[in-house]
This record gives sequence, structure tokens and C-alpha cells, in this order.
Amino acid sequence: MATTIAKPESLIGKRIKRKEDPRLITGTATYTDDIQLPGMHHASILRSPYGAARIRGIDISKAVQHPGVVAVFTGADTKDVGPVPCGASLPGLRVPHHYILAIDRTYFAGHPVAVVVATDRYVARDAVDLIEVDWEPLAAVADPEKAIAPGAPAVHPEWPDNTAFTFHQENGEVDKVFAEAEVVVKQRITSQRLIPSPMEPRGVVADYKSGDKTMTIYSSSQIPHLMRNLVAQMLGIADNRLRVVAPEVGGGFGCKLNVYAEEALMGFISMRTGKPVKWIESRRENFLTTIHGRGHVDYFEIAARKDGTILGMKLKLIQDLGAYHQLLTPAIPTLSVLMMPGIYDFKNIRADIVGAFTNCVPTDAYRGAGRPEATHGIERMVDMLAAELKMDPAEIRLKNFVPNEAFPYATATGLTYDSGNYAEPLKKALGIVDYRKLRADQAKARAEGRLMGIGISTYGEICAMGPSPATPAGGWESASVRIEPSGKVTVMTGIKPQGQGEETTFAQIAADELGLSIDDITVLHGDTMVVQYGIGTFGSRATAIGGTALYLALQDLKAKIKKFGGMLLNSEDVSFGGGECVCNKSGKTVALSQIAGASYRAMKLPPNTDPGLVATNFWEPPNFTFPFGAHIAVTEVDRDTGAVQITRYVAVDDCGKIINPMIVTGQVHGGVVQGMGQALFEHGIYDENAQLISGEFMDYTIPKATMVPWIETDHTVTPSPVNPLGVKGVGEAGTIGASPAIVNSVVDALSPLGVKHLDMPLSPESIWKVLQGGRA
Amino acid sequence: MKQSITLTINGTKSTHEVEPRLLLIHFLRDSMGLTGPHIGCETSICGACTVAVDGKAVKSCAMFAIQADGRDVVTIEGLASNGKLHPIQDAFWEEHGLQCGYCTPGMIMTSRQLLERNPKPSETEIRHGIEGNLCRCTGYQNIVNAVKSAAQKMGV
Amino acid sequence: MIAQNFAYAAPSNLAEALKLLADPGAKVLAGGMSLIPMMKLRLAAPETLVDLRRVPGLNSIREEGGRLRIGAMVTHYELESTPLVRAKCPLLAEAAANIGDVQVRNMGTLGGSVAHADPAADYPASLRALEATVTLASASGERTVAIADFLIDTFTTALEPGELVVEIGVPIEASGTGVSYKKCLQPASGFALVGVAARIAKTAGKITLARIGVTGLSGNSYRATGVERKLEGTTGADIASAAGGIADGIDANSDIHASADYRRHLARVYASRAITEALARAQ
Repeated sequence: MATTIAKPESLIGKRIKRKEDPRLITGTATYTDDIQLPGMHHASILRSPYGAARIRGIDISKAVQHPGVVAVFTGADTKDVGPVPCGASLPGLRVPHHYILAIDRTYFAGHPVAVVVATDRYVARDAVDLIEVDWEPLAAVADPEKAIAPGAPAVHPEWPDNTAFTFHQENGEVDKVFAEAEVVVKQRITSQRLIPSPMEPRGVVADYKSGDKTMTIYSSSQIPHLMRNLVAQMLGIADNRLRVVAPEVGGGFGCKLNVYAEEALMGFISMRTGKPVKWIESRRENFLTTIHGRGHVDYFEIAARKDGTILGMKLKLIQDLGAYHQLLTPAIPTLSVLMMPGIYDFKNIRADIVGAFTNCVPTDAYRGAGRPEATHGIERMVDMLAAELKMDPAEIRLKNFVPNEAFPYATATGLTYDSGNYAEPLKKALGIVDYRKLRADQAKARAEGRLMGIGISTYGEICAMGPSPATPAGGWESASVRIEPSGKVTVMTGIKPQGQGEETTFAQIAADELGLSIDDITVLHGDTMVVQYGIGTFGSRATAIGGTALYLALQDLKAKIKKFGGMLLNSEDVSFGGGECVCNKSGKTVALSQIAGASYRAMKLPPNTDPGLVATNFWEPPNFTFPFGAHIAVTEVDRDTGAVQITRYVAVDDCGKIINPMIVTGQVHGGVVQGMGQALFEHGIYDENAQLISGEFMDYTIPKATMVPWIETDHTVTPSPVNPLGVKGVGEAGTIGASPAIVNSVVDALSPLGVKHLDMPLSPESIWKVLQGGRA
Repeated sequence: MKQSITLTINGTKSTHEVEPRLLLIHFLRDSMGLTGPHIGCETSICGACTVAVDGKAVKSCAMFAIQADGRDVVTIEGLASNGKLHPIQDAFWEEHGLQCGYCTPGMIMTSRQLLERNPKPSETEIRHGIEGNLCRCTGYQNIVNAVKSAAQKMGV
Repeated sequence: MIAQNFAYAAPSNLAEALKLLADPGAKVLAGGMSLIPMMKLRLAAPETLVDLRRVPGLNSIREEGGRLRIGAMVTHYELESTPLVRAKCPLLAEAAANIGDVQVRNMGTLGGSVAHADPAADYPASLRALEATVTLASASGERTVAIADFLIDTFTTALEPGELVVEIGVPIEASGTGVSYKKCLQPASGFALVGVAARIAKTAGKITLARIGVTGLSGNSYRATGVERKLEGTTGADIASAAGGIADGIDANSDIHASADYRRHLARVYASRAITEALARAQ
């Protein structure tokens, strides 16, 4: 007799309030600066005021004697600590030795030179002013194109051409299609330096226990396990004696996907002083020394037929690397090249990257990491092509999309797009804005002399980073699930959220699989002593890979639960659901709490079964995932001032299956606003002496509430076949889609004046200059 | 030289010896263990450190603790009473008005000031009211929704 | 982000405050919205801070002799929200409402802002258009100076050592006078790239009084008397032409946020907008 169990309503796809929030809204969460340890000292760092300089001498004597100062260290003390690591490898890559404190020369403004350790953070700061450095300022270069031109000051004297690497990728018959093309459009497009600016700056607490030679490092990080491995190497201690804890992390956006000098420096200090030590980055230091994003100068060429069919694309990419390679610095522009075909069906591409050293803080992964730059370029080029051919920008896109029947689709850059329905989000977005009517409104506005623009971007991206062979440190993710004796569930995941809400989405997955309430699930992360191992949160990977590892661990666990359930029910025919096992013959049930208790008490065990209910899965993804979407921005330009107003913004994203729509929409909002920041406001500006002159929130504009519009969101759902959850990833989508939609819109607004292209940020003054000159 | 201050924090009066240069935010966080308010900048732009002093939302990184002598300070930790969340806290939770949470205590304290002065704010008024608080995660939209929702709850 | 050490005093009366301020190492602490960030960045390092918050009488707003007399410690928020100021000197309330953000307006004071003389501050445009007066006190007595004589240059005022701003006087606006303050924000800091304040009175269709103050454009705020003369006596039909002269002869600032040319252009645009609105509000 078969018994049907009433399956409880699935939690997947439900808007569920976040489990993280109670601690965050009450001020009881623990961020790095909230950690106080007995006897803890405070560190303050002296940094180079120059873009490039020689250190002729350092006198620390006054600082050392200052009351409350425990120690002062310089590069001479720390020179044997391993270098700040570069995890990326490219053929012929030049990797400068990146000491944690400068030895005799500094390479960018903010370069750490000496560190004061004191009993109090105020005293430490005072004593930094007492260190006397005999500086010899040197010529510096901040502009990447100037850096690779002949005669530029050498950032690293051993490499006078300032070229860290070159990289070439090619597919198809590029020369042939460009020679035969009916139309070729060329444009230089820049993606300016951006400063990631999580609201919580970085911070490190290091605590070395000499008795058992163990170290604990607390750091605001997206990658605690990778940090442990790398910092252990830098400090020469065994990885199993180093515990890294990433406590509550106040935003990362890629800039905490890194290992910086300060983690090893604090570890070094704690080993030397025998006391815990804390360093908290000031905002000024964050601007100067935490990685920046973007920094591209791109020369694009696109070839097409008169009917708008895209035939091929060429790109010469100059990447501003800064003075050193941080963890992934040189790899970021290669992601741009991978993404070059966008979501369009053409096979002829050629890309050449030049990685340029400059006397600036290194660039590295910032929300989107390589894909926003590529998408911005592609989407601008497609719009320019449409303008050249007098085609509608929606029509040219619909004509060139990879067709639905082509999936899985092999791209010209060697990727395999998993699934797609590229026309659908565009059609939906066009419907939401009533595109035809909108164009009619625009015609009317133009007749009135108003500058109204409509901008479309249809983006694709590479998410769920990524299969291990494509990554420097493994691209899998892990999960361990422990059903406690009470039947409550503890999940340990290798990902490390910084606001993305996986304590909730992962609890939804676990609760759904086990038929429990999400209140029964606790999700732990961010501690290498608690979590089995892991990679971290970046590249829109957490749910697609970490969530899948969790899902698969849960399947193993369910099989074991059924074994114990069968034993307790004396039946070989049992089902598990709704938090209990049911004998399919008798209809008798046993609750998960009883099963869990029995599994640990182990008075009796099922055949070939070990005690306990714990399962661990390390999941290696077979492919990336490829989300996509369409954004439309409607703008109006103030003729008097050049100010841009976004009057409407619609984002239709396809991130595969959605586990929690509230969280997904929140990710889109935040992503779009960061893209708006790049399009309109943000600009990390170094002057000719390589001084960062947009070095504070007083001068670097991250969007405020008053500066951004209402964002209308919608979704299409094309499940990914890559993972059993069907999810793709959404953390970066908004950022990738936004900047080209806005710039395309403003160029469209100004097109009656002959404007074909504008570089970001679209500051009112830059637009005003165009309005004065009539064209750009 | 340290000087004595007496102030009320979240309803409790106490006396402390402070260096005049000790910022109110460091006093609250390091001396009083109230780590809800956060530090996000040095230039009084980000608002993560916002607390109420004598009922007014202020940036506690731009005020010395000694200036709070004799005053009444309320931090995010002082909002919930008897385990019951303040309606604004509840609304931020309900409307997904936070992601990483770092700006949230300041954002909630500023929203509280906004609703005290303007119980039924429009979207524009909300955005204007929180312009002294930066959020890098949410794009502000769900914060606007949270403040609207709190206004409704508090108006009932 | 940590200030250098200093001594602190919060005197309970004006005489005591002035006595403390006679020390050349002493600096006044009002709302601290400019001073404290500068101290944290170690761009300012006073030996002693004299906090005025306990000095009685510095935070009053009263109407006297046809003028509003506003204590130096009155906050921006009080100015933007006090019915008396909104009714009797709406231009000052409007300027106050444009400053920074609510937290800054809660703490920052009129006197502190005026004494700081930041060239991008909001008040100077309005105070110049209002022909405000500044009353200064020192151990040797009080004196009152015109705002035009008080604001000398970038961060430079007529304050003598040991002297303190105690009061700002502004006229009570005659009914029928239209006012407006229009500001182009520096988006990151919220300071004025350019701010223009306009006060316009009209009788029988003709402009009888025009007062135009400008801030942010150059190293010091100023009154655009050329523009005023072009407006007075006219019907106000050609605002653009009058506003066009707003930046004549001005050495405009240039930085990453706006070039000198663009700032001058913005001054013309915002002058035009402020004058248009003030004119529309004038009865």
C-alpha cells in the first residue's frame, strides 16, 4: 500500500526575509573592528606620500621612544616575509617582488613604509608622525598609454618599457572578414579607474600564540581559506596552524578577494611582540592602497554587413595594472577578452592586451571584473554600428543574438554558453517601456528642442567562477551538512558572503530538501577552523557552485537518513519528506529528530552504515554559467548645464532559476547603481605626479540616494543545465548591464548634434563641452 | 589630560574620564562596547556612525566624546525595547533594506530622525533625508521602501 | 583619522570664553562640522578648543529693530525649520536647507560657517545678498561689520586674534520681496560648485531692488553688483542678459570637479535660475 506524503510547499522561489538581518539591524553583528582581544595592540602605517620615490634613510628613533609605543618596524625588519602574492599566471608575465613594507624605493602613493605598534590606536597614529624619512622623489607615470610609450619613467627600473605582459587571442578569419566587410566602425573606449568603496574598509587582527605556535588572523575577506594558505606561506608557518576568520564583512565587491600586505604584516607583528594586534584601514588608506577596478583603454573595431550582420571584432586593450600585481591583477583583462563576443553570433575575433605598469595602486577584480569593460565596449560598438547603418539598436541586437537552437554554444573565445534565450529579456524590456511609444515621445521631445535619449544594453556574462582548470586556486566549492542530535541542521559552506544573503538562500535550499523550517537551519561560513575548506564568494559563484555542493551533500544525507529511518521503522521501503521518514507500507512515521538522535546514540546501526548524520560535498562545476539580460535607460540632458537625468530605468535579467526573488532583486538594484556610478560619477583620478586626487569621499562620488532613479526590475528564467539547481548567478549582472545602457542613452540623446561616442564618467562638464562643440 | 564627562547612553547615565580628542564614535565603540555604529570615513560624509544626541541625528565621528558631556545619546543598540524591534528596524528587515549591514545602523538612526520630523515623507523627501548616509549595496531603493513602510506602521 | 591632542574648555559665559580665546593657541569649537574633520586629517591642530555650547545667548533668534538677530550657535537645522526665520528671512532658511545633510545641519552653526569662510560654503551668497552684518566680541568689546567687510578671502575673515563671532544680523524681508538660492552641488562633498542667491523687490512692474550674491565660483564669495544694476529699474524681461555678466572679472576656481570656464558658465545658468525664481516670487 503506497502512502502519499503531502509535500510541503517548496521554499525555493519564495520571498523569505533574511536570517542575517536581526543582528545587522540591532547593531550586534561582529565586524573586524568590533573584535577586542586581551592585551591587544594597535598598528598604524606610514605610507609613501609620493608616486615614486627613493628612500635614502628612515629614522624611527623618536617614534620608538614615544610613550605607549611598543615597536616600530620597517622594510629591513620584514624583508624575509614572503611577497604579497600574485595568483595569476600568464606566459612571460613579469612579477615584481612585492615586499610587505618597502625596502629602499616606493612605487605608488600609499605604499607602506613603516608600521608603529602601540598600546592605543591614538598613540600609534601620533607616533607615525615622528618617523623621519629621507625621501628622494622620482619621476612617476600614472597614465597607462603614456607608461608604455617610449621615454616614460620606468615604474620598475628593470623593465623600462613598463610592460608586464602581452596577450594575444584570435579565432576565425579576422583579416578576411574585415577586408571584405561592407562596414567597419572603430572607436577608442575607456573604462576609467574605479574605487570599489565597500562601506567597511579593510581591517586585520592577528593573534599569535607562541606556546603552540598557532596564529589566528581576523580579516574582512571574501576568501578566508585562500588567505590562510597564502598568508601561511608568507609567514612561513604551517597552514594547519593558521586560522583565518572572516567575520561579518561589510561589503567587498571584489576588493576583498585579495591578500594584502597588511595580513602578513599584522601576523609578523604579533609573532614579534607576542601580543594580538589590530589594524583598521582608514578611508583615506582604502582609497590609496586597496585595489582599484577597471583602468582600461580599449581600441575596438567591429566589422559587419550592410544588413547589420556582425562579422567580427578586433580589440587592442591597454590595462592599467598599477605598480604591482595583487592576487588576480593581470588575469582581469583576459576575462574581458573571453567575454568579447558578448551574446552575438560571430566567430571572428582578435584581441591583444598590453598590461601596463603605472605608479598607481594595483587594479584587480571589482564587481564584474573584466566583463563590464568588455560589455561596455561591445554594447557601445553595436550601438555605433546601428547608428552607422541607421538601424534601430533593438533591431540590430535581435538580428545578431545567438539563436536559441544553438545552445550549448561554442564561442570564438573557447567558451561554451550553457543556455540562453537572448531575445526574451530584450522583448520584455521593450514591452515594459512601450518602446514604440517611447521613440515617438523622443521624436516629440526633439521637436521641442529637448535632448532625450533611449539606451539599450543586452549583456551576457561569465559567472559561477569557475571550473578549476580555469582558475588559479581551484574553482569548486564545498559544503558540509550536519544534522545535530536534536534534528536541527548546521551547514558549513566554503563561500563567504558580504551582504549577498546566502545564510538565507542556503537555509532555503537545506530546509527545502529536508522538509524543515528555515529557522531549523544554521549556516556557518568564514572560519577556516569551522569550515572544512572552501574557495569563497566572488564572480557570482556562491549559489551556483556553493549552493550545488550543499544540494549534493543534502542528497547524500537524505540517503543516510532513509537508512536510519528504515531501521527505526523496520522497513526497507521508506520515503523521506516533510522532516520525517514514512514507511510506505504501514504509513508509520519517524521524525528527523528521532532519526538524528538514534544516529548519534548508535545503539544499533543500519547495515554498512556509520554513526552520525554528516555529509560533505566538494563540487567541481563542469562549466561556467552564462546569465544575460537587457537593460533600458531613458535619459534627458539639461541643455544649460550638461547634467544627465535618468528618467526611467528598466532591468530585465535572466540569472537562471531564482531561489529568493527578494534577494535577487536587491542584487540587481545594487549592481545597477554601481554601474550608474561608473557611467555618471565615479572616477579615480591620478595627476601627472601619480598623486590620487580623488582620494576621499569628499572628492570621489559614490552614488547617494538623491542621485539615482527608481529601478524597474523583471526577470526571465532560463535554467542553467550546468548545475542541478538551475541557477546562474546575479551578483554582478546589474553592474555589467548598466553602464552601456546609460552611455548609449546619453549618446542617443545627443546624436542629433552629431555625437557618436562619449567616455565615462558622463560628468555634466564633459557633456557641456560636447554641447558647446556640437560633437564628440 | 583626561577630563570627566557624565552622559546618558541608551537610557543609562554614567561618568567617564576621556581624553578631549577621543571621538564620540571611538568612545561608544571602544569604551562602551557599543559597536553598532560604524566608522566608514574620516570626512563626515558616509554617515555609518550616526547616533542621536539630544534627539538629533549626528555623525559621531565628527564629534568629540567630551562634547556629549551632559547629553543624552541613543545608538542603534538603544532602539529595540524589551526585545521588540523598533518599527524602522522591522521595516528594514521586511523590505530587504540592507545587504552587508555596515551602513544600516546609521541609516536607521537617520531614518528615525526623518520620520520624527516628517511622518509621511514622499520618495523624494526620503532620498533627501538620507543623503548623508552612503550605502554601497542596496542602490537605496529598498531603503526608500523600508522608510515608507515604517512611516505607515508608525502612523497607525 | 585621529586628531592631535588638545586641551578642552566649555566656558559657561561669554566673558570666560573670550578670556580663553585670548590665548593664541586657542580655537573656537562651534558645531565642529568643518573643524573636526580638519583636525582628524591633521590639517588643523589647535592647542585648546573653546567649546561655545554652554555660553548662554548664542543660540537665540530674535527680531529687533527691523532685523533678525541670530546667535552664532544657531544651527543650520534651526534656521531652515524655525517659523520666524522662514517667514521673515526665507533666503537664509533656504540657504541653510541646502547645506550638507541632515546630520551636518543638526550640528553645524551659522557662526561657525561664517567664521570658517569656506569659499564653497552656502551661506555667503545669501548673506551678501541680504547685506548681513556680523557682530564680533572680544575682551575689549563688541563691533559690528558688514558681511562684505567680514569675508576677506579664502578661509580669511576680519576676525582679530581673540575675537569671536557672536551674532549675525539680517534684514526682515519686506513683503513682496522675492528670494531664491540656487546651487549646483559638487556631488561628492555636497558643497557648492556655484551657488547664487537672489533678492528682488518689484514696484509697479519695475525692479526696485536687486541683490545677487555668489558663492563657490572663486576664492571668495561676492555680490554681483553689475548684475544688480542691470536688473534694477527694468521689468526683468531680460534676465539672461543680466545674468550673463555674473562672472565678469572673476578669477574662477578650477579643480577636478569643474574647470574655471564651466564654473563661470554654471554661475550664469544658476544666476538666471535664481533671478527668475526670485522675480516670480516677488509680488
